[in-house]
Amino acid sequence: MSTLIIKHKETARLRPLLRLILQRLGLGFGTLLAASLLIFVGTEILPGDLASAVLQNSATPESLAEMRKELGLDRPAYVRYAEWLGNVAVGDFGHSLASHRDVVEEITPRLKNTVFLAVYAALLAVPLAIVLGLMAAIWQGGIYDRLVNFVTLLTISVPEYLVGYILIKYLSVRYAWFPSLANVTPDTPFGDRLVLTFLPVLTLTLVVVAHMMRMTRASVLNIMASPYIEMAFLKGLPKWQVVVRHAFPNALAPIINVIALNLAYLIVGVVVVEAVFVYPGLGQLMVDAVSKHDVPVVQAAGLIFAAAFILLNMTADILAIVSNPRLRHPR
Amino acid sequence: MTDIAGKSGRRAGGDILRVTDLRVEVRTDRGPGPVLVDNVSFDLKRGAVLGLIGESGAGKSTIGLTTLGYTRGGCYITGGALNFEGKDIRQMSGAERRALRGPGVAYIAQSAAASFNPSHTLMQQVCEIPVRHGIMSEDDASKEAVKLFRELELPNPDTFGNRYPHQVSGGQLQRAMAAMAMAARPDILVFDEPTTALDVTTQVEVLASFRKLIREHGTAAIYITHDLAVVAQIADHIMVLRHGKMVEYGTSDQILQDPRQDYTRRLVADRVAGHSFRADLNTGEAPILAVQNVVASYRSLAKVIDGVSVEVRKGDTVAVVGESGSGKSTLARVIIGLLPRQSGDILFQGQSLPPALANRSKDQLRRIQMIYQMPDVALNPNQTLLEIIGRPVQFYFGRSNAEVRTRVLELLRMMDLPEAFISRKPGELSGGQKQRVGIARALAAEPDLIICDEVTSALDQLVGEEILRLLKRLQDELGLAYLFITHDLGTVKRIANKVAVMLKGKLVAGGETSRVFAPPYHPYTELLLSSVPEMRSDWLDQVLTGRAKTIAAVKAAQIQVPG
Repeated sequence: MSTLIIKHKETARLRPLLRLILQRLGLGFGTLLAASLLIFVGTEILPGDLASAVLQNSATPESLAEMRKELGLDRPAYVRYAEWLGNVAVGDFGHSLASHRDVVEEITPRLKNTVFLAVYAALLAVPLAIVLGLMAAIWQGGIYDRLVNFVTLLTISVPEYLVGYILIKYLSVRYAWFPSLANVTPDTPFGDRLVLTFLPVLTLTLVVVAHMMRMTRASVLNIMASPYIEMAFLKGLPKWQVVVRHAFPNALAPIINVIALNLAYLIVGVVVVEAVFVYPGLGQLMVDAVSKHDVPVVQAAGLIFAAAFILLNMTADILAIVSNPRLRHPR
Repeated sequence: MTDIAGKSGRRAGGDILRVTDLRVEVRTDRGPGPVLVDNVSFDLKRGAVLGLIGESGAGKSTIGLTTLGYTRGGCYITGGALNFEGKDIRQMSGAERRALRGPGVAYIAQSAAASFNPSHTLMQQVCEIPVRHGIMSEDDASKEAVKLFRELELPNPDTFGNRYPHQVSGGQLQRAMAAMAMAARPDILVFDEPTTALDVTTQVEVLASFRKLIREHGTAAIYITHDLAVVAQIADHIMVLRHGKMVEYGTSDQILQDPRQDYTRRLVADRVAGHSFRADLNTGEAPILAVQNVVASYRSLAKVIDGVSVEVRKGDTVAVVGESGSGKSTLARVIIGLLPRQSGDILFQGQSLPPALANRSKDQLRRIQMIYQMPDVALNPNQTLLEIIGRPVQFYFGRSNAEVRTRVLELLRMMDLPEAFISRKPGELSGGQKQRVGIARALAAEPDLIICDEVTSALDQLVGEEILRLLKRLQDELGLAYLFITHDLGTVKRIANKVAVMLKGKLVAGGETSRVFAPPYHPYTELLLSSVPEMRSDWLDQVLTGRAKTIAAVKAAQIQVPG
C-alpha cells in the first residue's frame, strides 16, 4: 500500500516532464502532417503529371484524359491527398512508375545504406567534436585552440565534394589506403562495408565536426563565467576537471541541438557525397526519381527525410529539456 | 603588527596566515589599471576570526580570494607576501595552489544559489574537496558530510545530500555551502558576505550555525561583510577597509564602542542613529491611495496577496515590510497595474483605478511613479540621461525639445547631479548616481505618489543613507507620498511614519510606526525586529535565547490570521 502511494507521488513529481515530452511529440506529429502536405503540393506542381509521365510520347489529349481517369487524377487534389495519406498511414506508398516495384521494396535497401552511413559518420564525428571542443575550451586562446578553430573553419568552408575529391586523390589514388568507390551491395559483409564507406564517412565527418566542435567550445566557455565554476576552481580542482565535470553538463542543451541538426544533415543532405563516391543511398534515389517524374518514390523519400529531420530535432528538444536538473528533479 | 588571538584561547597556536603589504592591481592590455588592494597587512592565528568590513570596492573580497591564491580575471597580486604555514602563497606552483584550495583554505561565497552547480547533487559537491584531493574515500566523505549536515542543523541530514541545489531553501543552501567548505577540515574558512542574500530572520539562524561550526572545530576564519553589526557577532578582530586601504584595525568591541577613525565612526553612527520615529503628519485628510482588501495571484496559483488594505495620505511615508515571498513587491505591481488585482479595490484620489495598466488614463499613470531596486536594470544603458529623464516630460506634458532639456537640467540639479551628466549614459555613473537618475525620472512625471521598491538595498550603506536623505528632502519640498517597500527595518524606523507588516501575502500588523514597532508587538513583528543585527557583540547570544518562544508565537498567530 505504502509503496503504491510513493510510486504515485513519484509520477506526480515527474508529471511536468512527461507533459512536456508528450507536448513535443504532438508538435512533431503536427509538423510531420504539415510536411506531408507540402510534399504533396510540391509534387503536384511539378511540370507534367503522372499520366503524361506514364504515357510519355504516346500522349494524346484523349489518351491522357483516359489515363487520368484510370489513375484517379481527375478527382480533386484534397481527395487524392487524403487517399495518399491514408495509404501511407498503413505503410502503402504505392508503386514506382519507373521500375513498377513496390516503393517500400525500392526504398528499404537505400534507406538502410543512408542510415548506415549516417550512423557510422555520427559515431566518428560526435565524440571527436566534443573532445576537440572541450580541449579547445580548456586551452582557450592557446595555440591548440587557434589551430583547431582554423582547421575546422577550413573544412566547413570548403564544399563537401571538393573535400571528397581531395581525400580520393590522396588516400585512394596516391596511397591506395581506401577505395574511392563506395559501391556496396546488400550482400557486402559488415567489415568490407566499413572499409568501402570510409572515405565518404571521413568526408562527412570533416564537414560536420566543425559546427559541433565550435558549439561545444562556445557553450562551455559561456558557462565558465558562472559563479559555480569559480567555486570549482576555489575547491582546488584542475582546469580539465572543472571543464569536464562542472561546465560540460550545464552546457549540454545547445550542444545537443547542434548535434541533432548535424545528424539530420547526415541523413537528409548527403546526396552530393553519395554522388561523389557512387554510394547507393536514398538521396541519389530521390534525385533520380525527380528527374524521371517517379512521383510515388519522390513523395515517399520526401516524407522519410521530413520524418528523420523532425524526429531528430524533437529528440534533441526532449534531451535538452531532460538535461535541465530543475525539470528532472522538481522541488 | 597586531595579533589576533582566539576569543577563549581555543586551540591556541601560532600564526596560520601572515599577510604583509598585500597589493592587488588590475592589469589590462593597455597597461596597469586601478589598484584594488593597497598595502594591507594582517596576521591570523589558529582558531581566530578576523572580520573584514567595508563598502563595495573596498577590496575585501579580493583580499579574501588572495588567501586562496586566486584573483579574478584581469587582477594580479603585484606586491607583498601571503605566508600560509610558512610558505608564501605567491611563490606556490599551480599544483601547490590547488592543494591549498579546499584542504588548506576554503571559501564560502555570497550567493549559494549561484555557487552550487545545478547539475550535481549537494552530496556530490560537498564531498568533492576531500575525494578529489585524495583525503577520504567517497564513503568516508559522505559520512563526514552527514555529520556536518547534522551539526549545521539541516533537515533530514541523512538524505539531505541527495537533493539538488534548487530543491532546498536559500538558508539551507548557505549552510550546505559551509558544510562543503568544512568537508576537508581546512585551516582557514573564508566567508564572503555569506548572509547578505538571506532574509533577516534566516540570517540569524545561519549566522548562529556558522559561529558554532567555527568554534567547535577551532577553525580560523576571515569573515567578509559590509554589515558591521553582523561581523561583530562572530569576529574577534575587525579590519575596516576603504578603497583598498586599511582604515582601522582593532578588537570587535573597540571598533564598535570606540572607533578612532572618522570613517568607522560614520559606519557605526549610521546604524545606531535614527532610532527615533517620525511624527505622524496628517490624519484628517482623505487618503490619496486606498488599497482595500486586494487579492492577487500569478496565473491561477495560490494567492500572493490576500486581502491587503493600506492607506497613504499626502506627505506620508508608508513602509511595507516583510521577508522575500511575503508579497510586498507583488503589492507594488498590483497598485501600479502590472499585475491586475482579482478582487478588492484600489482608490486613487477617491476614484477606483482600473485593475490593468492598459486601461488606466495617462493622468492616472502619471500620478503614480515607481523607483526600482536595481537602477542598472531599470535604466536603458543605450540612452543618455536627457533621453531617460526627458521621456516622461515629453510623454506626459508634450513639451518641446528645448523645454524638455531645461526641465531635465532642473531635475539633475535637484538630484545634486552635475548638469554635464545630461549627455552621459548610465554605464558612466556610480550606483548611487544611477539611483538618483531613477528618482529624477519618477519626479519628471510630477507624481503624487512614488512607490520605492527596495531602492537602497542594492547600494552601499552610506550611499543608501544619502539616497534616503534626498527622498526625505524631496518629500518636504514637494509634498510627495511614498510607499516604501523594504526588508530593512532599520530604514523603516528612520523614515516611515506608517508601516504595514506582511507575512505570506497577508497583512499581520499595520498603522503608525511608533505603535507597530512598540510593545505589545505582533509576534511576527517582534521576530523581525529582534532579527535586525545590533551593534554590540553579545546581540546574537541574547537573540538566540528568546527566539524559540517568539517563533512558536508566530506559528500560533499565523493560524489566527483571518482568511
